Amino acid sequence: MENREKVLEVRGLGIDFGGLTAVNDLDLDIYQGEIYGLIGPNGAGKTTVFNMLTKVYQPSRGTIRLCGQDMAKLNPVTANIAGVARTFQNIRLFNKLTVLDNVKTGMHNSISYGKLAAVLRLPSYYKAEKEADEKAMELLTILGLDQYADTEAGNLPYGAQRRLEIARALATNPKLLLLDEPAAGMNPQETEELMAMIRKVRDYFKISVLLIEHDMKLVMGICERITVLNFGQLLAQGLPAEIQSNKEVIKAYIGE
Amino acid sequence: MKLLKSLLNQRTRSRTVTFALVIAAYIGVTVFKASGNMTRMVSSLLVPVCCYIVAAIGLNLNVGFSGELNLGQAGFMSVGGFTAAIVNGLTLSMIPNDIIRLILCIIAGAIMAGFVGWLISIPVLKLEGDYLAIVTLAFGQIIMSLLNNLYVGVDKAGVHFAFMTNTLSLQEGGKMIVSGPMGVTGNTMISSFTAGFVLILVSLFIVFNLMYSKEGRAIQACRDNKIAAETVGIRVSSTKTLAFVLSSALGGAAGALYMMNYSSVAATKFDFNTSILILVYVVLGGLGNMTGTVIATTVLVMLPEMLRFLSSYRMLVYAIVLIVMMIITNNEKVLSATESFRRKMKKKGA
Repeated sequence: MENREKVLEVRGLGIDFGGLTAVNDLDLDIYQGEIYGLIGPNGAGKTTVFNMLTKVYQPSRGTIRLCGQDMAKLNPVTANIAGVARTFQNIRLFNKLTVLDNVKTGMHNSISYGKLAAVLRLPSYYKAEKEADEKAMELLTILGLDQYADTEAGNLPYGAQRRLEIARALATNPKLLLLDEPAAGMNPQETEELMAMIRKVRDYFKISVLLIEHDMKLVMGICERITVLNFGQLLAQGLPAEIQSNKEVIKAYIGE
Repeated sequence: MKLLKSLLNQRTRSRTVTFALVIAAYIGVTVFKASGNMTRMVSSLLVPVCCYIVAAIGLNLNVGFSGELNLGQAGFMSVGGFTAAIVNGLTLSMIPNDIIRLILCIIAGAIMAGFVGWLISIPVLKLEGDYLAIVTLAFGQIIMSLLNNLYVGVDKAGVHFAFMTNTLSLQEGGKMIVSGPMGVTGNTMISSFTAGFVLILVSLFIVFNLMYSKEGRAIQACRDNKIAAETVGIRVSSTKTLAFVLSSALGGAAGALYMMNYSSVAATKFDFNTSILILVYVVLGGLGNMTGTVIATTVLVMLPEMLRFLSSYRMLVYAIVLIVMMIITNNEKVLSATESFRRKMKKKGA
């Protein structure tokens, strides 16, 4: 494990909302190409961790390093440019845009023409748009959404909307992909397909994945290591087998 | 590749339709006018229709694409209009060519309104929804009151400004351009229907090309979901500012064209009612639908004048037309019927 490059290094991460400590003293290391699970009972602070990693929330304590770069001064936009992309627990698509355009919004910072080139339709516009179209179609094909390219995102079936969020996140060229409950609301077969897809995406784009999930079959099936949060505190960290047999974890989930 | 091609086609289709419509309307009107059958009433409406179309295109950019309700578009029109009148007064002796002066006036009006729009956008875009609407409404009223108390005159020594009371003591041969509550006076009428037509084409060109670019996608992304837009690397505030400034600049260009069509216009012409009227054109034409905006504006500006023969029943009929249009453009059954019709046409075409 240690010979792989470290993509994310979190030390002593914590955040307070008024008097409430939502997350405290979290350490987390994610290596290149790893699929990492973040689990815990409802209200444990998992999504709050995601919001800190994407800088939607400013952490009260601790450091986040992405490939060695300190993220303290970044905001959501620059954090994305630095290489963190995410999906949302409650799907947040651009509903009135087509599926293809949703993916192309993810390429906002990699499409290089200026406003004037867009208005005057200079050759640089056509070139960049053509490249973006091709890259977006490739992404859609990988995620099995190519037949929907022309559909308004808001009209997609639920499972396809979840996959489109992943496609849009991947379009930003991330180093680390955060998936917030990707299997929520999916049936067992869809979950099975999703697992295969997450692996495929990881291998194809050579990225690391951090995911929050309640579906234990998915978590234990694809995550190489797992962190368990409970009431904002780190409860356990380790391989899936270790987590499954950890008494503290079982207690937190099922009670005594 | 085939899929890509069909996508591109669909993207450019609504653009082609709109441009074709505007050009056909221009040719039709010009021929009709040349035949001598056009009444004075209709021909006097041609330039105002063009102005309202441009203002509505600008407002649709803000309300339809950017999703911010702006109740002060008339304020930006007045900024553009008064700027144009002043620029015209200053350059009257220097530039004898009407067309060049008109272009200069429209550009100056657009830049000034865009600049004011940028200033306003700094506080306004920190707000959302109803609050934003209220502030833009207040802005429209403030601009109107300010312009209502503005005195501008020009003489050999240059241009003079005064506020609240007319303290300008112009030299011999000096001329008032803006005289307080009377508004712009003694303006030269240099607008023409052709100028309006060209301005519409230019506005459509700018708006369409920008909307089908990365900036356009970013503007719509910020409308649909701000948080998601940020997490894919879109700077929300600068994107919204772009839409707001462009919208107000188009309003300013429209105001400039309007102003140069009359010898005198008071600031009260661009009041809250005008802002609401433009918003009505946009909403009934369809949010984000430029073709609809052009058609709705033309119909709704012409209609009240066309219905004059009904005398006091005029506004009643106008109201009924508004309601019918509202029902047609928002009724699910009607919408799904047109959608399936469109799909059938597409299949036939392919």
